[in-house]
Amino acid sequence: MTNSQKGIKAHLAGHMRDYGLLFALIAIMAFFQIVTGGTLMRPVNITNLFLQNSYIIIMALGMLIVIVAGHIDLSVGSVMGFVGALAAVLIVEMDMPVSVTVPICLVVGGLIGAAQGYFVAFWRIPSFIVTLAGMLVFRGLSLWLLEGQSVGPFPREFQILSTGFVGDIFPAAWGTGLAQLFGARNFNVLSFALGLLGAAAVIQMGLKSRARNAQYGIADEPAGLFWGRIAIISAAIVFLMFKLSTFRGLPNVVVTMGVLIMVYAFITSRTVIGRRIYALGGNEKAAKLSGIKTERLTFLAFVNMGVLAALAGMIFAARLNTATPKAGFALELDVIAAVFIGGASMSGGSGKIIGAVVGAFIMGVMNNGMSIMGIGIDYQQVIKGLVLLAAVFFDVYNKNKQA
Amino acid sequence: MTALLEMRSITKEFPGVKALDKVSLTVAEGEIHAICGENGAGKSTLMKVLSGVYPAGTYDGEIHYDGALAEFRGIRDSEDRGIIIIHQELALVPQLSIAENIFLGNETANGGVINWHEANRRTEELLRKVGLKESPTTLIDSLGVGKQQLVEIAKALSKDVRLLILDEPTAALQENDSQKLLDLMLELKSQGVTSIIISHKLGEVRYVSDTVTVIRDGMSVSTLDAKAGLSEDDIVRDMVGRDMSDRYPERERKAGDMLLEIEDWNAWHPEHAERQIIKNISMNVRAGEVVGIAGLMGSGRTELAMSVFGKSYGRNIDGTVKLHGTPVDVSNVPRAIEAGLAYVTEDRKHLGLVLDETIRFNTTLAKLDNVSRNGVLDSHAETQVAEKYREALRTRTPSVFQKVGNLSGGNQQKVVLAKWLNTAPEVLILDEPTRGIDVGAKYEIYAIINELSAEGKGVVMISSEMPELLGMCDRIYVMNEGAFVGELSAEEASQERIMSLIVNE
Repeated sequence: MTNSQKGIKAHLAGHMRDYGLLFALIAIMAFFQIVTGGTLMRPVNITNLFLQNSYIIIMALGMLIVIVAGHIDLSVGSVMGFVGALAAVLIVEMDMPVSVTVPICLVVGGLIGAAQGYFVAFWRIPSFIVTLAGMLVFRGLSLWLLEGQSVGPFPREFQILSTGFVGDIFPAAWGTGLAQLFGARNFNVLSFALGLLGAAAVIQMGLKSRARNAQYGIADEPAGLFWGRIAIISAAIVFLMFKLSTFRGLPNVVVTMGVLIMVYAFITSRTVIGRRIYALGGNEKAAKLSGIKTERLTFLAFVNMGVLAALAGMIFAARLNTATPKAGFALELDVIAAVFIGGASMSGGSGKIIGAVVGAFIMGVMNNGMSIMGIGIDYQQVIKGLVLLAAVFFDVYNKNKQA
Repeated sequence: MTALLEMRSITKEFPGVKALDKVSLTVAEGEIHAICGENGAGKSTLMKVLSGVYPAGTYDGEIHYDGALAEFRGIRDSEDRGIIIIHQELALVPQLSIAENIFLGNETANGGVINWHEANRRTEELLRKVGLKESPTTLIDSLGVGKQQLVEIAKALSKDVRLLILDEPTAALQENDSQKLLDLMLELKSQGVTSIIISHKLGEVRYVSDTVTVIRDGMSVSTLDAKAGLSEDDIVRDMVGRDMSDRYPERERKAGDMLLEIEDWNAWHPEHAERQIIKNISMNVRAGEVVGIAGLMGSGRTELAMSVFGKSYGRNIDGTVKLHGTPVDVSNVPRAIEAGLAYVTEDRKHLGLVLDETIRFNTTLAKLDNVSRNGVLDSHAETQVAEKYREALRTRTPSVFQKVGNLSGGNQQKVVLAKWLNTAPEVLILDEPTRGIDVGAKYEIYAIINELSAEGKGVVMISSEMPELLGMCDRIYVMNEGAFVGELSAEEASQERIMSLIVNE
């Protein structure tokens, strides 16, 4: 074996968790692409995949922070259902404008998070118990608010939260030209351009951090792996955006989600508050003795979770175009599973935003693929459960092997 | 005397590291055999090989026990043969009673039903043997570390121990508790129990052991006969591979202006509000002074330090803290840091470090404003800060991106120190700064303390090792049961004076 091969192998072994996740997602997508006879990657299905999973991913961002801080939030499914119901009651029954309803709902979500966070942070009641109570309370309140009925439909302005698409800003002639070129019915130039831009950004940022690592003499991933990884990621972005372009373009919710992912990735990896959350989850007592206001931080993690759950609730209601008492039922489990598949540790202090997002996509692609295949909900649950266990087992196994 | 145990050229490799390199150890029947070595020298690995934690086949070399080749596949195997290890971190269940702990996994049961009378009777017998006057039904929770240690030994005796291994048994003990424990070891020896003791405290090693094996860098360096008379310097020389004539580096002693004054400080127990833990304490520290606080474990030294440092301990705290003669607000940790205080904890693993994170992460944690702008971290600046302290404190690590959990105790302690030095404190409170670290690293920590004092910082040093206080401090406060019972200058202080102040209170 040559030296560089050895380097690649050693690096892979050391970062099994990161690469494993990426490979798993690719493998799962390839698998379903084949067994569904190409349906998975059709533009309309990719659009659907994003729409179906956007609210899970948005909540997974908040859940990652809660879990890194060493807690758990079981109430998010109920809270999103409750906020969706609240939005329906305000808009449909009380004729409130959407522009007022959305901020109100976000504030209500924040207050719900604050109420739960208050007991967890300042009274040190285990988050499992507080949010289990929250789960029951808000499930009940949704039923009460909707009086057991479904409420809808929503006006157009509210629906676009989820099902709207970003219009093209490029001349229509470009679109028709490219559509002919690629043999598609229509082509959204903007989303394709954004895809190229995104890929370029990935390459640029990758090179920048690599240059900085080299400058400080930090051991980095071998060049072969680096380029392989960057190529796969940027190709995937271009490919997905191309597919979206040939359907109706970029869904609004993908923009919301993309911006949130970037914001939260930045907060967790590059800011003081992010750093403190990892310290809090890694060793609460040491964090406190280092001058970190651990209670306030825990409290804020739950407030943040509440706001994101509220946003997810509105997106969910907008997508179904109706608020139902069952909305969000058991969704907290998908969200939590996504975070753990993404490599976060139950004991807190570790986990990455990008991991949680990939984890959510893994769950999402499996849901979608198995539904296309016509696999019954019974088997779907079994398979998802086993995948969660396998992912976490893989993590633990690797950790033990390294130790 | 015949050899009870013979470990022949044991080699144990981990990915990338050779932890043990042809180590040999021969323990004679009925002796007390000490194993000395710096942290990371391989002592614990050797004991793990012996007890079967690393099963036969995962290491090279042979273990001969009781005259036959032994291949232990697990702890159970070695325990069945009478080899019992008592680890540094005690393995007792705090919520269970003494008797329940002693017979845990080995219950005096008939068809799964425990015979408590039998268990308690046998426990009483065992407790008598180890000289512990407690009822078998006392919960472990309510015992001090010293007594818990005795329970561990009683537990070992309940299993018909032939070879008792104690891994730094006195690291967390007071002098008088340590003494009791060592005497118990001698007592057991007279009853025919063979022991291995791993210890950093060379005085103890000389006191109890018949033979000393020194391990350095995964190799057995020497085996010394302690009965023939052995000086601590002999052992130290073999441990560090060089002469260590002076264990406490010299410092030019000069006390400057008044820096820290604590006046009429009181604090009560956080759960039992009626118990006053800190009783009307006043103390002061001048610039460039190293002030010691001596006292037994449980005398309230840590509680005093933590209650001053942002009220991290206790309730209903009152009293005044002054810096440079002006009262300062130390009502929470951020304010205490802001005021210029730093508290270096005695418990670095639980209270000092985020073990899963890197040296860099831990170094900057208490003062992130220095390495961030508008709340956004500057990783370049962070690396520079971490590198600066790595060099200044001579932390031995491949890079500052190493997880602190992988470092040795001495290097971990340096990371905790780096974290607090980075807050640019005026007064550092060092709580047991050299606990559980080896002789070489201790010397380096002392040198760092001297540098701090030369820079005009005030240092408060809490320690259970009296020689250390005597060697390092300009002044020593003696504490007992939550109150100061005396103050001694460096010239007046001696182990005897300190003990008599504590005892005569």
